[in-house]
Amino acid sequence: MDAEATKNLAMGIAIGVGAIGPAIGIGLIAGNAVAAIGRNPEAASKIQTNMILGMAFAEAVAIYALVVALIIKFV
Amino acid sequence: MSALHISISAEPVFHIGFLVISNSMLTSLVVTGLIVLFCLIVRSSLKMKGKPGRLQSFAELIIQSLLSLCEDITGSRVLAREFLPVVVAFFLFIILNNWLGLLPGVGSIGFRAHPGETESVVMAPVSEVHAKGPESAVEKTAATEGEFIPYFRAGTADLNTTIALALISVGLTQYIGFKHLGFSYIKKYINFHDPINFFVGILETVLEFAKIMSFAFRLFGNIFAGEVLLAVMTFLVPVIVPMPFYGLELFVGFIQALVFSMLSLVFFNLATLGHGEEH
Repeated sequence: MDAEATKNLAMGIAIGVGAIGPAIGIGLIAGNAVAAIGRNPEAASKIQTNMILGMAFAEAVAIYALVVALIIKFV
Repeated sequence: MSALHISISAEPVFHIGFLVISNSMLTSLVVTGLIVLFCLIVRSSLKMKGKPGRLQSFAELIIQSLLSLCEDITGSRVLAREFLPVVVAFFLFIILNNWLGLLPGVGSIGFRAHPGETESVVMAPVSEVHAKGPESAVEKTAATEGEFIPYFRAGTADLNTTIALALISVGLTQYIGFKHLGFSYIKKYINFHDPINFFVGILETVLEFAKIMSFAFRLFGNIFAGEVLLAVMTFLVPVIVPMPFYGLELFVGFIQALVFSMLSLVFFNLATLGHGEEH
């Protein structure tokens, strides 16, 4: 395996494995937010704001993996 | 793949003496100019009584919503008024930088650097081509033509800008801590009362540096990933298909600006609380 193929493989593994955790996290956040809105529909707007913020934090972890993958590819 | 232009770092556009002006710096300067201009126009057309103009209503909308956010988080009007200028400055600077990167022409209008003008950028691929041999003759012509350098690049899509913002935020946290707690703020980091607090202090110190990294990489990663996503989508299907992704990037730009200013606010607020009250 030459260097270029190893690089491509490393990039794929970095973002592929790195996306597992945030995916589970975002799923949990959205699921629990929907359950909360179902229980208390009046608080929907407040829950939605917090849900989107929590998602942004969970997503940030995936973004770290993406940055590493892009650095492997382009630097 | 020659049409796909992705560069992880900002490229130098021109030099002033020994100071290199990169394209992301140029965009940041434009954004700063826009904010200052907006503030001056609003200030000159300010009406204290009667019906406020549209511009004044818009400015009041921004200030009011961020002030109520500050009040929600700090729980006191005095603290909210103290942190408001920094929070508004972070928010406006980041959101304008994010959205300016989405304008057509930003990142697509530029020039080709002549070989030799930007040594490190252009000379490296040329030597690589020679080493690889004749099979990469196409790359050679591209290399002698020079690297494509856009005039503008979203300021927050450059790691230098986001690290600067993160350093300002974390530095201000320390300043606010010392201002509100006096010298006893240092007890958060260095504490010889008992071994557990000593190790907690070490962890807190490490956490401050981790905060800089997480602030910087969250913002840079989101915006840069958005640029890469748009570039790849435009490369694959040039019409219609990239449009929803522009909507997504507008949303991400807003959320990231909000997250950055809100997290800064939370850390400022934590720094004003004493060590005992924190738990």
